[in-house]
Amino acid sequence: MSTQPVNYLETSELVLNMGPQHPSTHGVLRLVLKLDGERVKAVECIIGYLHRGVEKIGENRTYTQFAPYVDRMDYVSAVANGLGYCLAVEKLIGVEAPARAQMVRVALAELNRISSHLLWLGTHALDIGAMTALFYCMREREEVLKIFENYCGARLTTHAFRIGGLQYDLHDTFEAEARAFCDMFEKRIDEYEQLLTKNPIWVERLRGVGVLTAEECKSFAVSGPMIRAAGVNWDLRRAQPYSGYEQFEFDVPVMHGADSYDRYLVRVEEMRQSVRIIRQTLGRIPGGAILAKVPKVLKPPAGEVYVSTEAPKGELGYYIVSDGSQHPYRLRVRPPSFMNLASLEKMAVGALVADVVAIIGTIDIVLGEVDR
Amino acid sequence: MATDPWEDELASQLRSSFTDVSLKLESFHGQPFATLEPGGYVKAVEFLKAQGFDYLVDLTAVDHPKDPVRFEIVAILYSFAANRRVRVHTRVGDGEAAPTLTGLYAAANWLEREIWDMFGVAFAGHPNLKRILMPEDWQGHPLRKERSIVAMDQEWVRANLDIESGQ
Repeated sequence: MSTQPVNYLETSELVLNMGPQHPSTHGVLRLVLKLDGERVKAVECIIGYLHRGVEKIGENRTYTQFAPYVDRMDYVSAVANGLGYCLAVEKLIGVEAPARAQMVRVALAELNRISSHLLWLGTHALDIGAMTALFYCMREREEVLKIFENYCGARLTTHAFRIGGLQYDLHDTFEAEARAFCDMFEKRIDEYEQLLTKNPIWVERLRGVGVLTAEECKSFAVSGPMIRAAGVNWDLRRAQPYSGYEQFEFDVPVMHGADSYDRYLVRVEEMRQSVRIIRQTLGRIPGGAILAKVPKVLKPPAGEVYVSTEAPKGELGYYIVSDGSQHPYRLRVRPPSFMNLASLEKMAVGALVADVVAIIGTIDIVLGEVDR
Repeated sequence: MATDPWEDELASQLRSSFTDVSLKLESFHGQPFATLEPGGYVKAVEFLKAQGFDYLVDLTAVDHPKDPVRFEIVAILYSFAANRRVRVHTRVGDGEAAPTLTGLYAAANWLEREIWDMFGVAFAGHPNLKRILMPEDWQGHPLRKERSIVAMDQEWVRANLDIESGQ
């Protein structure tokens, strides 16, 4: 028997490639992790696998033709993308949607926020190992998608709005469907919370994981539920109301833990507030026109605007430069997922590999929007 | 573009602090923006950051191939305290490097990489300037105006399928 000491433990740095086909990376995100044992020493995000050149396409289409393309960025919140785009072009041409259209937009955008958060909650819970929540969330999300389908015929890439208002008026049963959904859904949120909020495994996996302080959130230009979980009371629906949000009563949930668990609590509470907003629209949707007078051939005067809205994932902005022609001269999308994902390289350092999965989930990314 | 002058307290502070560089203060649809030479651009952003504009909403570029100085860099800043946005614009020529904002905002890292990738504008002092969305071996920069999508399609179809594109 040899007396030479044998070094069984390799202590050198391990480089682990995660994705782009890894189920927990929510699409085609690729991470290159530098590991010391289970600890992450450095992360590099490699993105672009889903790049379709949305901004370039925008320069080659008319303003109206481009509208359906925005649905395909954050494809789980197509309504919110369309709302932001329509508002940006409306600002550029100096048109405001009629009151009826504005309230319908709010109702549909809030339904969309719920469906986006539900997809997030279900898949995030699945990543952590709680499978039941996924089936529950998908069941309720289906009800929202059915309402979208009855409204415009599409479930995912809805193209629900048009520049200047709406293409379709509400279907007759919309209010009844939305009311039935709200009545059912409020109780269901309590069920999700029973499953997760005090579940020791859930709390253990999320508490203190992926901490990003308010200062860091601002520096990384993180927005949406992530910055609100870090104690910053900032929601564009409240700070800079658009589409008539100033008429509605709702709370902006703010937490102070700045970790994955508080982001979960913020999103769950946001679903309740969305239900509250939807209820306020029901029975109050004014009559009248659904589409403002918009010229058939849109030629906005030369100029540039930046318009942003509170999409389910954060601040979604459109910076449009017009040269007076039918096509945008430059169409820049400020995607919330892209900005939020950049903070992963900060949050994941020092975490365990399993925590990286939790942190990716908590950012709520959609690669269609990150890569555009 | 028919712009209005930008007149308020912040505008006069900017005007009195930047007397030695060319500074244009305008507003369009109520959205104020300042245009500076590259030398004054970082200083103006730094100045605004000290005034509470501590959130870099977006950083992007616009290609003007017919202008003598080709690329316009646009930084959009937000102040939580004042609940308002301002834009800072500057111009850099083709082949020139723009000054980086990575020292001021962590968000500038990925945004400047995207500008490099899409327009080929380099950022002097950027810690990790490489492509972010396009494949590493891709030639050129897609958002430059001379890159026509029809020409790119024809080129790809000819090279990979050995037929003529129908576009």
